[in-house]
Amino acid sequence: MTKERRNLLLNIASIISVYIILWFFQKYGTEYQIRILNNMAVFITLAVSYNLVNGICGQLHLGPNAFITIGAYTAALLTMSPAEKQMSFIIKPLIWPFSVIQAPFPVSLIAAGIAATIFAFLISFPVFRVRGDYLAIVTLGFGEVIRVLCNALQSVTNGPLGLKGLKPYTTIWWSWSIAIFTVIVIQKLINSSWGRAMKAIRENEIAAQAMGINPFKHLMMAFLISAFFSGVAGGLLAHLITTISPTLFTFFLTFNLLIIIVVGGLGSTTGAVIGAMLFAWGGEALRVVESPMDIGPVHIPGIPGMRMVLFSVILMLVIIFARRGITGRNEFSWDWLFSKLSGK
Amino acid sequence: MANGIFFEAKNLTMRFGGLVAVNNFSLKLNGGELMGLIGPNGAGKTTVFNMITGTLVPTSGKVIWLDEDITGLPPHEITARGIARTFQNVRLFVDMTVQENVMVSFHHKIKASFWQAMFGLRKYTKEEERIREESMTLLRQVGLAHLAGEKAGALAYGQQRRLEIARALATSPKLLLLDEPAAGMNPQETMELADFVREIRDTFDLTIFLIEHDMKFVMGLCERIKVLDYGNTIAEGTPDEVQNNPEVIKAYLGEPKNAAG
Repeated sequence: MTKERRNLLLNIASIISVYIILWFFQKYGTEYQIRILNNMAVFITLAVSYNLVNGICGQLHLGPNAFITIGAYTAALLTMSPAEKQMSFIIKPLIWPFSVIQAPFPVSLIAAGIAATIFAFLISFPVFRVRGDYLAIVTLGFGEVIRVLCNALQSVTNGPLGLKGLKPYTTIWWSWSIAIFTVIVIQKLINSSWGRAMKAIRENEIAAQAMGINPFKHLMMAFLISAFFSGVAGGLLAHLITTISPTLFTFFLTFNLLIIIVVGGLGSTTGAVIGAMLFAWGGEALRVVESPMDIGPVHIPGIPGMRMVLFSVILMLVIIFARRGITGRNEFSWDWLFSKLSGK
Repeated sequence: MANGIFFEAKNLTMRFGGLVAVNNFSLKLNGGELMGLIGPNGAGKTTVFNMITGTLVPTSGKVIWLDEDITGLPPHEITARGIARTFQNVRLFVDMTVQENVMVSFHHKIKASFWQAMFGLRKYTKEEERIREESMTLLRQVGLAHLAGEKAGALAYGQQRRLEIARALATSPKLLLLDEPAAGMNPQETMELADFVREIRDTFDLTIFLIEHDMKFVMGLCERIKVLDYGNTIAEGTPDEVQNNPEVIKAYLGEPKNAAG
């Protein structure tokens, strides 16, 4: 059996075991556990696609919340029935095509991805005219623009009231299938000639260009692919939370994603997956610190926001002790595992 | 291409504000030539390279390549047309392996599209295999095959310079521009480099235009030499002619001292 064949079989086996674990949780797990699993999958999709621009291309892009917002609203507007929409939009009625169309959940997810991609295409022209800190500021700006537009465009987004009563279509089957698909497809791209070109731009843009690579074209490609999957994840998120409003998609969401990929290991898909899982699980596990506690005679009332303080401490510890994150730029591979197991 | 122009730079001028970095630079190259460009520090040599390869757009003047005006084209399009370069200060992709560094240069010739790569389709995987083989062949030719899996940043300095040339060769150029290839090398390495440059010119059928400070290296290697000083061309000719040109001696060593002074 060749190495390639062995690795392929192991990959298939591990995907099947993921589904078996999910089936167990579906059958015997609590609703709370399923919720965490859903969150994990959505954050894996988001982190892996965000990492493509930040880690692989090396551009500090701070606007994924814009793509997630567009994805969430697009998907939500498509799955709500016309009657529901009429009930929700009490300040201003929803404008025409959206007010009458309704689409099944899978179609709405694809539409969410496409809408985010179109937006990414439009902003990629100003965004990739600049680099470094300036690129960070421009993308941050577009993220805020989308949030403000969500508040202001009441006839499309229902303004600050948001959209309520979405059907909870997002099951662990949907969320994990999309997460697995995203990881496979993006990983294939990263390991391809296009991935190498993107890394070359990260390492030295002038040299990459002198070797025949068009930086704008490749950065835009990464940006659009990242936007597509972020948009789809936004659609999943909307039908997981079932209520969306502009306050959900602030810069804070981008900041969380940035923590995930930096702690996981910037430039590593494995790192992004580990970071996303730790974040989704840790965020819940750390709820303990926000509840009232009695340590001996001392009574500590619950302090909301304590989790974020702890997250910041963890982030600082990672930056001090593991500067390149949990995995660095390394990826998990079966070859690596077997060489470790054989004691080499 | 029988009677056309192979390569010609016509009156290239580059101004940065009030400073004239390069003034009226003209150059004709014939296929297969080994041409040198020398001059004191700050003479504008690298600026000439930057104008030819599209990193800088000349204030005035023209670059003609295989009968086509390529002035002002972006660098990646000039590379695609067959002009490759190396850099004065090594610019490798340090966090990528030696082989990956070379494979990057094959990317602009790829025929499959990105979605075929994303879904691992046959059309792309076949091309990937071919790129892998060709990059290995090239590494063998330049004597770096045993380091293929190492990170480029971990190589010794001389090997890094060699890898930079290999990477430029992988774009399959007809004209290769070398910016101070011998900088920082010891005499032994410099001698090996001169042999290496001659060797790649013959095996890859190249025309080479290089900048160098090491006089022994340039005089021994180049067939024709051009001398720049403060952006102006002060001499051109065979190594012998240039060495005995009073203008060149003045530029490098200064005016002869007055006996009374």
